Amino acid sequence: MVSLTVNGERKEFSGDEEMPLLWYLRDFAGAKGVKFGCGIAQCGACTVHLNGEAVRSCVTPVSAVNGAEITTIEGLADGDDLHPVQQAWIEEDVSQCGYCQAGQIMAVSALLKDNPNPSDDDIDRSLTNICRCGTYYRLRKAIHTAAAKLRENA
Amino acid sequence: MDGARLSTSRRDFIRYAASAGALIIAAPACSRGDREKEASTAEAAIASGPPVDVTPMIAITPDDRILLAFPNPEMGQGVDTALPMLVAEELGADFDKVETSQLPLALMPDGEGGFTWRYVPQGSGGSYSIVGHWEGLRQAGAIARDLLVRAASAQLEVPADELTVANSVVTHAASNQSLTFGALAGAAAELEPLEEAPPLKPREEFSIIGTARKMKNARAIVTGEAVYGIDAEMPGMVHAVMARCPYFDGTANSVDDAAARAVPGVIDVVKIDRPPLGEPYTVQAEGYAVIAENTWAAIKGRDALKIDWDHGPYSDETSANFRAHCEELLTREGQIVRNDGDFAAAWENAASTHEAYYWQPYVSHAPLEPQNCVAHVREDGVDIIGPMQFPSGPNRLISNVLDRDRMTINVTPTRLGGGFGRRLSSDYALEAALVSDAVKRPVKLLWTREDDMRHDFFRPAGMHHMRAAFDADGNMTAWTHRLASASKYYRRPNMPDTDLWTSELYPDDFPAYLVENYRLEYFPATSGAPRGSWRAPSHTANAFVVNSFLDEIARTRGENALKLRLRILGEPRELTYANHGGPTFNPGRLAGVLRLAAEKGGYGEAMPEGQGRGIAAHFTFGGYVAHVVDVEVNSSGDLKVLRIVGAVDVGTVVNPNGIAAQHEGGVIDGLSTALRLAINVTGGRVTTGNFDEYQIMRIAEAPHDIETHIIDNGEPPAGMGEMGLPPLAPALTNAIFDATGKRVRDLPLADQLRS
Repeated sequence: MVSLTVNGERKEFSGDEEMPLLWYLRDFAGAKGVKFGCGIAQCGACTVHLNGEAVRSCVTPVSAVNGAEITTIEGLADGDDLHPVQQAWIEEDVSQCGYCQAGQIMAVSALLKDNPNPSDDDIDRSLTNICRCGTYYRLRKAIHTAAAKLRENA
Repeated sequence: MDGARLSTSRRDFIRYAASAGALIIAAPACSRGDREKEASTAEAAIASGPPVDVTPMIAITPDDRILLAFPNPEMGQGVDTALPMLVAEELGADFDKVETSQLPLALMPDGEGGFTWRYVPQGSGGSYSIVGHWEGLRQAGAIARDLLVRAASAQLEVPADELTVANSVVTHAASNQSLTFGALAGAAAELEPLEEAPPLKPREEFSIIGTARKMKNARAIVTGEAVYGIDAEMPGMVHAVMARCPYFDGTANSVDDAAARAVPGVIDVVKIDRPPLGEPYTVQAEGYAVIAENTWAAIKGRDALKIDWDHGPYSDETSANFRAHCEELLTREGQIVRNDGDFAAAWENAASTHEAYYWQPYVSHAPLEPQNCVAHVREDGVDIIGPMQFPSGPNRLISNVLDRDRMTINVTPTRLGGGFGRRLSSDYALEAALVSDAVKRPVKLLWTREDDMRHDFFRPAGMHHMRAAFDADGNMTAWTHRLASASKYYRRPNMPDTDLWTSELYPDDFPAYLVENYRLEYFPATSGAPRGSWRAPSHTANAFVVNSFLDEIARTRGENALKLRLRILGEPRELTYANHGGPTFNPGRLAGVLRLAAEKGGYGEAMPEGQGRGIAAHFTFGGYVAHVVDVEVNSSGDLKVLRIVGAVDVGTVVNPNGIAAQHEGGVIDGLSTALRLAINVTGGRVTTGNFDEYQIMRIAEAPHDIETHIIDNGEPPAGMGEMGLPPLAPALTNAIFDATGKRVRDLPLADQLRS
C-alpha cells in the first residue's frame, strides 16, 4: 500500500508498486495533463513535482513516492489564478501542438524556484525537455518573462 | 463565389436549426472540386429525410457566446485559430470572445453509392487548410451576418443597408441604436437565407484577417486540460499494447503468452493479422495485442510475450547496403520522367560542367504523442476517438475491413500531439478497432515510443546525382537530377512501377522552364522499410540537393550564390506548375524572398574567422521561403547556429503570428533533422527506437535568434505548415561550407565536421 498526496489530495494505491508514477497519475489519479512521450526519461513530457522537485514520472516507480507530495500541471495554478509560468506561456504564445508543454512548464517552474533569474546558459544546462514542434525560440522568451513576473511578485 | 445562387433546399441546409433562441449554422461545403456535386447531393440527402445530428459550424447563443467549429484537426499548425478567423471576419464577430472547437467527422451519402462531406472538407495535410477553406468559411460567416443584419433591420425598423456590423454588435449609427448578436440570434434563426450568397468583404475592409492572433486554446494547454487522443476515454474502456513483428513484412511463427496472461490486470491476448504481401497495407505489421485493465499492465504483459518471429523477405537489408543499392542503380539508365531539349548535346558542348552526389537517410516522424486510438466496435456501429490528420481515413478503412456502413462509424478527432504526416495513415485506428472487435469492449490502444519509431512510414531515403552545364557566356544551359530512392508510395499494388517517381520528383520544380535542357531521371530502389509523407515530403530532399548544388556551382564559378540564383530566376512571370501548390510558380516571388532574406540577413557581408553564412530558397506547396543561416564552427568541429533569418511569401496573410510560429518551428524541425536524425536499419528491421538514439533537438542547441519577415502581397493565400523546412538544411550546409570549406553532401551532419 502506497500513500501519497496528488495536487493536495490524499491518495492510496494498492496495485503494482513497480508501476511508473506516470501511469498511476494518468490511469488512477485522473491527472492526464501528465503526458507519455518516451518512457525512458528522455523527453520530459511526464515531468511532475515530487516534494517540489521536478522528476520524470515515467521512470519513477510508485514504490518510490510513498508519503510524497506530487504536483502535476493540474495542480500548478492557484484556483483560477494561473502560475506565472503558465501566464508567460500564454503571453508569449509558446504552444503549437502543446503536447510537451505541461512537462516544459513543470520543469521551468521548478527551475525558477531554484534560480529566479536564469541566464540563457542556465536554461540550456537545466532544461532538457523535447519539443517536437520546435517552439524553443518562444519558450526561451517565456522563461525570461516568467522569471520577471516571479521576481515582481517576490 | 460571390453571388452564387443558393437553392431553397440548400438554404434550409445552411440554416440548420433554431433552438432555444440560438442561431446555429452548418457551413456550406466549399471544396473546389466537388462543390457542385456536394450541393446537389445535399439536396438529395435532405429530400430523403431530415439531416441527422448536425454539429454546427457557427452557433450564436442568446447570452452572446459565439462558438465556431474548426473543421480540420489541430496538430499544432494553428487551425483552431486561423480557420475561425475566416468565419469571424465575415461574421463581424469580436474575435477575442469567440470560442473554438473541433468539428467531429461529418460525412453523408452522395446519392451515388459513395460519400461526401456533410459540411466542409476535413483534413490537415499538404499545408492546405487555409487554401481549402479560404472561400467557404468566409461565405459561411457572411451568410450568418446577413441573417443577423436582417433580423436587426426588422427589430429596429431601419433599412438593412444602413446597418453596420462590428465586434458582435449590429449598429444603426443614424438612430444611435445597436443590438448584440446574442439578442438577435433567435430572430435571425427564423429567417431564410437569401437566394444569392452575400458578397464577401474586399481585402481593404478586413479587420481580423491579417491581424496577429494568439492561439485560441492556449489556456487549456497550459493547464493540462486539453484532450489529446491518449487522454480520450469511453465508459468500460480497457487498455491494449501490441507486440508487432519488427522485421519488414515478417510474420509470427509462434507465441507463448502464458507469462503475459499471468501479469495481474491482463485480460486477454489477441492476434492481429496483417494483409497478405502485395495487398495495400491496412495495419503495418502482424502482431499480438495484450488487453489489460490499465496501461502499465498492458505494457508489462506485452513485454512478457515470447514470440518467435519469421524474419521476412528483407532480412538482409541494412542502412549501408540500401545506400550501396541506390549508388549501384545510379550507374544504370533510369526512367526519364522529364526531358526538355537535349541534355547530352548541351553537356557535350558546355564550356564548364558541374557534378555532385547527395544522400538523404530515412527519418521518422516521431510526434511526441505516440500513436494511439480509442475504439468501440458495437453491434450496430463503431466509435473512434483519436489523433488523426484525416478523420475520413479511419472511417473508410474500418468500413472496408470490418464491413460496416460508413455512416455507422463515428469518428472524433482529438487535438493531435503532433502530426508531421504520420497521422495521414490510419493503421493505428484500425488496430484499435480490430482489438475492440475481438474483445467486444471499448479499447484504448497505445503505442510505446519504440513501437512508434520502429513502425513508422519513414521519409524516403535516396541518393541524388546532379549535373549542370554552362556556356562560355556563363549561362546555365543544362541541368539534370537523377534520383535513386525508395518511393513514398509504399505497397500500392494498383500503381505501376513507372509511376513511383511521381512522389519523389516534381517535374515543374526549379529550374524547370528556366533552363533549356532539363532532364529528370528516376530509379525505384527496393527496401522493406515502410515509407510515407513526412512534413513537406520530397521538397525536403530536393530543396537540399538543388540549393547545395547551386552553391557548389557558384563557388566553383567564383560567383555570388545569390546573384547566380537571381539571374537564373529572371523576371517575375507565371510558369506552369502542375504539382500540388500550383497552378503556377512565379520565379519573381522566389527572387523576392531571396532578396529580402539576403538584405535582412546581410548575405554577402564579410564574416569573422570561423563563422559562415549560407542562403537557400524553395517553393513548397504554393509558398515561397528563403533562409539565411549564420554558423560558427570551432577548431574541434563544434557547430553553433547563431542566427536564422527567414523571408516568407505565402500570399495573403491570415494570421501573421501563426505564420511566424510555423516558420520558427519549421526551421527548428529542419535544423534538428539535418543535424542528427537518421533511422538505422539492420537485419531487415529498424533498430533505432527512442530519443536516446534519435536525438531531436533540445533548447540548448536551438538558435537564440530567429527572424521571420513576411511579404504580404495580396496573392491568394497559401498555407505555412511545411514551407519553413525545405530551405533550412541547405542554407545550413552552405553556411558550414562558408565557415569551413567543407561541403556536406550527406545528411545528417552528425560528426562530419569532426573528421
